[in-house]
Amino acid sequence: MLKFLVAAIGLASIAAAAAASAEPPAGAASCSGCHPASARVASPVPRLAGHDRAAIVRAMQEFRSGQRAGTVMDRIAKGFTDDEIQAIAAWFAAQK
Amino acid sequence: MKTSRRDFLKLGLAVSSALVPLPAIAQGAAPRVVVVGGGFAGASCARALRQAEPRIAVTLVEPNATFTACPFSNAVIAGLRELGAQQFTYERVAADGITLVRAAATGVDVAARSVSLADGARLAYDRLVLAPGIDIRWGALAGYDEAAAAQMPHAWRAGEQTLLLRRQLEAMDDGGLVVISAPANPFRCPPGPYERASLIAHYLKTKKPKSKLLVLDAKDAFSKQRLFQAAWAELYPGLLEWVPLSKGGAVTSVDVATRTLVTDFGRHQANVANIIPPQKAGRIADAAGVADRTGWCPIDPVTFESKLQPRIHVIGDAAIAGAMPKSAFAANSQAKTCAAAVATLLTGGTPSTPKLINTCYSLVAPDYGISVAGVYQPSPGGQLADVPGAGGVSPADAPRATRAAEAVLAEAWFRTITAEVFG
Repeated sequence: MLKFLVAAIGLASIAAAAAASAEPPAGAASCSGCHPASARVASPVPRLAGHDRAAIVRAMQEFRSGQRAGTVMDRIAKGFTDDEIQAIAAWFAAQK
Repeated sequence: MKTSRRDFLKLGLAVSSALVPLPAIAQGAAPRVVVVGGGFAGASCARALRQAEPRIAVTLVEPNATFTACPFSNAVIAGLRELGAQQFTYERVAADGITLVRAAATGVDVAARSVSLADGARLAYDRLVLAPGIDIRWGALAGYDEAAAAQMPHAWRAGEQTLLLRRQLEAMDDGGLVVISAPANPFRCPPGPYERASLIAHYLKTKKPKSKLLVLDAKDAFSKQRLFQAAWAELYPGLLEWVPLSKGGAVTSVDVATRTLVTDFGRHQANVANIIPPQKAGRIADAAGVADRTGWCPIDPVTFESKLQPRIHVIGDAAIAGAMPKSAFAANSQAKTCAAAVATLLTGGTPSTPKLINTCYSLVAPDYGISVAGVYQPSPGGQLADVPGAGGVSPADAPRATRAAEAVLAEAWFRTITAEVFG
């Protein structure tokens, strides 16, 4: 019985996680205002979909610390914690 | 551990409802979301809803076949850009599987959960998203009504008004006086009047250099103020004068026949007058009962659901979004956040706490851009508040190359956001 319970709870939490994952992590939905969602848009601002996860994390951390110069990203990165940056990077890296 | 058959059944039920968490879908009917308003907020939200949950039936209600964007419309006024570059249609929005209804929404029956249209038709909804933008508060400035706007354009909703102001500037003799009246807060696009003043000053400097531009302001402070004023001193000395509230800048009435703007301190007879009037949320907000006494719509900062009516969400310029300005970027950002929350609510979930971003570029000259950025989160008081330590304006001491880069980024932003919303 216990085995079934564990399995059932496991199943329920997978469903919950699937439902939750429909929502982008905090802040991520705003990025495509400047970072083109579509590859057809010509912009000096890089696309983030499919971008290397570690590269996004590094860029955000360097913008935040001031190590990397930005026009607006230095000001925006300061609004995000390490955990939030990790979640946003994983979300974009998983996209095509 | 002992589990009764009953518990077992209950558990089974809980599991299956977690797997199929959309009650309406379980019964075979798709949940219906109606979005009113096809601007940056509404069109973005309709598309994001389809993307978040394709099982939702999304209807977008918008009377116009063509959308005319306000960002960069100041460049149209100054003759630097054509109005066609501001215009977008809804073919690609419809191609996402969104039902387009080309009509004006005139009312909302909150109890019956339906939107009524100008032709008497009704659209039923499970959740309603209102993105009506702004309306002009006609009559709030004595003498300024719809007839007056044909002589003294507001050009604060882009389109014919934008072209009217441009034609008036083109027809003015060199040596003329242009007067802009800027309203008190809150209003659509806080840096907009000052970008407009900058680009009109650029036009006058290059085409009609004996002319003058006066900005009469109902405020003592405005967005990106130090950056604008430093650029004006550098680029337009003696041409552009800003008169704040404390120096008699507030316009109290206008006289259309003589194109005169009246303040407590004097009268200014203009050759071209641009009245940026007091504003409120678009008309449907009032009809739906989601606007408060200020004329704007209080919302929950997590879901954008109205604080006055259940199951109605308000996004974009019409919403009271705390520290977030009424900008196209903010509207798009709110739209996507609201869409995710609505999809979660319709599937029986609890929306997570969002963070939102805003970035607004302004042109002070064609090759001189400045920006303001912000990051926002719900505060314990139930408002969208600035995330401390983040955001701010372009550096005061940036070299001209940075200003030129920001002008290029401003155009790139416009291409990117309009492609996401309409492309």
